[in-house]
Formats: sequence, structure tokens, C-alpha cells
Amino acid sequence: MKALCNLLVKSAILLNYPAKDAGDVVSALGDRLLAAGLVKDSFVQAALTREQSMPTGMPLNGKINAAIPHTDVEHVLKPGVAMATLTHPVIFHNMASPEDTVEVKLVFLLALDQPKAQIEMLQEIAGVLQNPSLIETLMNINSPDELIATLKNKAG
Amino acid sequence: MVEKKNILVACGTAIATSTVVAKAIEEALYDRDISVNIRQCKASEVPSLAQDADLIVTTTPVSVDKDIPVIQTLAFLTGIGKEDVIEQIVEILKD
Repeated sequence: MKALCNLLVKSAILLNYPAKDAGDVVSALGDRLLAAGLVKDSFVQAALTREQSMPTGMPLNGKINAAIPHTDVEHVLKPGVAMATLTHPVIFHNMASPEDTVEVKLVFLLALDQPKAQIEMLQEIAGVLQNPSLIETLMNINSPDELIATLKNKAG
Repeated sequence: MVEKKNILVACGTAIATSTVVAKAIEEALYDRDISVNIRQCKASEVPSLAQDADLIVTTTPVSVDKDIPVIQTLAFLTGIGKEDVIEQIVEILKD
């Protein structure tokens, strides 16, 4: 999963983060992307607003569910990915059926600057979502370096 | 020559999940020797772009007034039910 590893921002990986709610984790990750110079000031609010109208929670095959908040390209300076594993699940709404809720413990916040450019990274994130045993492994990792090393060794 | 079918792939921003879905459909249909035109768009653009579409695949709710089949699915992201959805797409494109 080299494309994902290349775009993961090490300073924006929060492991075992005790998020209060979905907004808390989106803000915390967005602030890290802002500090890293990847997004504009408007990004966090735009991602939060978009999450309200078009949510990104997804029920997965294993015990852990995920969300992939993101927003329009105009709020992004450089592409990158922030990521969090949570100590306790927080409520996101379901992308396919927004009236339903999903208890989420894995979050990828995506800063995408143009359509289709980050296809490999997006496919690799889908690869993570489709791999419950990998997700279990990620949930038990405590250092960003170890997390990146684990993903780098995964095919796809 | 059979005319290529048009698939409109939608998601919230037209940059993230629809990219994954479009690529997955393209690959699945290529494996079955079915050639299609795939166009990505935002869910909000579906009403204005739907007229040429034979099928709409979306990860997020869309509104379509016309009688065009819509498949709303997360299968290409989560893997859950993916083969079923591919079969469903193949069936719809046969008509």
C-alpha cells in the first residue's frame, strides 16, 4: 500500500485517540493537516459541513466500522491523508443511507486536490476497508512509524 | 457495432468514492468483455447529467426523475456484496 503510505501525513496520524464525537475527530485530524500546510483554513469547517449533508460512515465486514470524511478540492493545497484509530466508537451517519448511524472506530480524513489523481491511494484505502484482520492489527498499533511500516508491507 | 452503454457514477464530491467505484466497475466489466463509457459526477449533478445514462451507480442518495436504473451501493468500497452488484450491473447493461 505504497500510494497510501506516501500520502499519509505522519503528524496527522492519531492512534487510540479518545474522540468525544465525530466532529471532534474530524476537527483534530483537520487541524493536523492544516498545521502540516496541506489544507486551507476553510477545510475543517467544509469537511464538517459536508459530513452533515453527505455523510461518509460505512459499515464493514468485521467488528470495526470506518468513515472517510473529505470535502471539495478548493479547500485543499496539497493532497494528503490523516488517519485516526479511536479508543471508543463515535457516531457517523451512513454514506448510502444517511438516516442510519454507524459506530466508527477508524477514520481516514482525505485531502484530495483533483479528481482521479489519487486513485491508487483511494483503492488502497478501499483495500484496508475490505480487510477486517488488517483493521484489527491497525487498531492495536501505538506508533505512526509502526503503522506506516505495517501498511507498506501490505500488497494492494 | 453495438453502441457502448453509459454509466454515470456519482458520490458526494465526485473525487473520492466515485473514483474507486468507477475504476472497479471498469475493471469488472473489462474482465467480462463489456465496454462502457463511465462518467463521474457529484450526486447534486445527477439530475442534469442523467439523460444520457443507461445506469446510475452511486454511493450516496441521488434523485432521478427519469426511468433510469439506479444502484446505490457501498460494495465497491467495503467489498460487501460486490459480486452481486457486478452481476446486477451486467444484467442491466444487457437490455
